Amino acid sequence: MIVYENVTKKYGDVTVVDNLSLTIDDGEFLVLIGPSGCGKTTTLKMLNRLIKYDEGNIYIDDSNIKEINPVELRRNIGYVIQQIGLFPNMTIEQNISVVPSLLKWSKEKQHKRVRELLEIADLSYEENAHKYPRELSGGQQQRIGVLRAIAAGPPVVLMDEPFGALDPITRDILQDELKALNKKLHKTIIFVTHDMGEAVKMADRIVFMNEGKVLQAASPEEMLENPAHPMISRFMGKLSYSRSGNDLICADVMRLKVLTVPETKKTLECIELMKQREIDSVIVVDKNNKYKGRANIEDIMEHGKPGEPIIKMVKLDTPSVMVNTNAKDAFDHLIATNIDYLAVLNRDKTVAGIITKTSMTKSLASVVWGDDNDYND
Amino acid sequence: MSMFGWDKVGEHMYLVLMASLFAALIGLILGICCYLFKPARNPIMWLVDVLQTVPALATLGLIMILFGPTKTTVIIGLTLYSLLPIVRNTYVGLENIDPGIKEAAVGMGMTEMQQLIKVEVPLAFPMIFTGIRIAIVNSIGTAVFGAFVGGGGLGSVINRAIMIQDMDTLMKVTLILMLMAVIFDYGMGYIEKRLNQDQGMATAGSSA
Ligand SMILES: Nc1ncnc2c1ncn2[C@@H]1O[C@H](COP(=O)(O)OP(=O)(O)OP(=O)(O)O)[C@@H](O)[C@H]1O
Ligand SMILES: [Mg+2]
Repeated sequence: MIVYENVTKKYGDVTVVDNLSLTIDDGEFLVLIGPSGCGKTTTLKMLNRLIKYDEGNIYIDDSNIKEINPVELRRNIGYVIQQIGLFPNMTIEQNISVVPSLLKWSKEKQHKRVRELLEIADLSYEENAHKYPRELSGGQQQRIGVLRAIAAGPPVVLMDEPFGALDPITRDILQDELKALNKKLHKTIIFVTHDMGEAVKMADRIVFMNEGKVLQAASPEEMLENPAHPMISRFMGKLSYSRSGNDLICADVMRLKVLTVPETKKTLECIELMKQREIDSVIVVDKNNKYKGRANIEDIMEHGKPGEPIIKMVKLDTPSVMVNTNAKDAFDHLIATNIDYLAVLNRDKTVAGIITKTSMTKSLASVVWGDDNDYND
Repeated sequence: MSMFGWDKVGEHMYLVLMASLFAALIGLILGICCYLFKPARNPIMWLVDVLQTVPALATLGLIMILFGPTKTTVIIGLTLYSLLPIVRNTYVGLENIDPGIKEAAVGMGMTEMQQLIKVEVPLAFPMIFTGIRIAIVNSIGTAVFGAFVGGGGLGSVINRAIMIQDMDTLMKVTLILMLMAVIFDYGMGYIEKRLNQDQGMATAGSSA
């Protein structure tokens, strides 16, 4: 059993996990979901001590994880990340047996385990064991990522958007496989996603987080039937709930892929970058990724010196909105100021996305004519 | 009639390779120090930068005060002179490893030493190898100064040829030096390409 007891994590004066208490039963498949930046990854990584927490306690089977050596702890907790993170310098066999070899299993035992695991995943040992990760497809790589995490038989496995980078079909297949696998293995799994469809499909229990707090913890059925908060309904949106234009927030209509440059970057490099991407301004952030403002190519061309840091060129009064600002307000703003886009900021002033007139139009169209438009890019 | 033998070419290579060997060992250690202990980074980088900025002849002269006009002097001088590209590339190579891979290494429960030996240094190796190549190719030229401090090598042949205005020998030696540099540059460049192919996405660092 895993117990989070009044756990708080702060970065500076921003609280990213706020007095969180949560109990996870043995063998439970728990899914953490919520908007970007709500603290899912932080919650997950505090458990294997990749992130320190400031207050509270976390227990695994009644032992406080603070009292366990982090290296020992991690060898007993499986970990799968979105970037897959297989070691490119090792073969598939070596990748899978990383933790067993750290635990000093005998060579035969490691080898036997690799064969066994590849067989479970329906991958032929002869064909795959001696390949390198780059020779496999993304889906196959993440299968290996999962096998690597469970190789030493940890009772608990953490998964941070493990299928987030895969195409929808592969994702669906891997979801099914993981479910089937866990029917056999009965691990305790904590799984992060921001896809409600995935959460509903996989979870015994879904924990919906927002701003570092639990908004609702319930079974998928319960959450679908009685969402405890409008934001949860919005997440269910694609599954059950029909949105109206009025309760769209900026997070719903923004484009996620934005180019940001650090404030120390030289103006010349920024111009190169803008030319490459065919854009005429960049968003400048400081070393903590916090929003500083925008810099336009014309200003740089006119007043900039090549070796100067870009921050000299930033207009500090460039408008921005927050992720939870009502989309209509952002829209009015966009029209009134006649600028080409608005920066959308998270609570901690990091850049979440941008709203352009196009992204706005597309998302409004999806409300009016249905949700076929993939406006989140 | 030519006045140098192949033994001088051998001597020259000996100076260059010994120096590069030491520079590789020391450079690797210093590069790793920069990476593991961030406060050490600036002083170390500053030091190796200065070492390379001082004219080679001046460095060699200073070392000669301690070790006399010997091969040791030249090898130490060349070693110091070669550190910069190796330290810099080791540091950059380690720093640019995909953060996802680093996180996986920590998350699997590797100690810092294990992360370094099992994952990080192997992944940074192509970059480190490039540093060593640059160091060797530079040293082939710089080692010519070795003759001024009694270290022998092709520099001594050049000196004598200039003194007696033996253009024929001068041309030959210059050609041989160029050839040595080109052979190492291309030879090691080829190995480098293979290493990079082997590692593929290894150092796909994230950009802005
Ligand atoms: N090293 C850090 N320094 C400062 N703030 C941080 C740091 N790491 C994360 N944060 C902030 O903490 C908050 C929670 O981050 P976390 O990664 O847990 O979010 P998340 O729910 O996993 O989001 P996503 O869905 O985007 O992955 C975010 O606002 C983030 O900007
Ligand atoms: Mg996350």
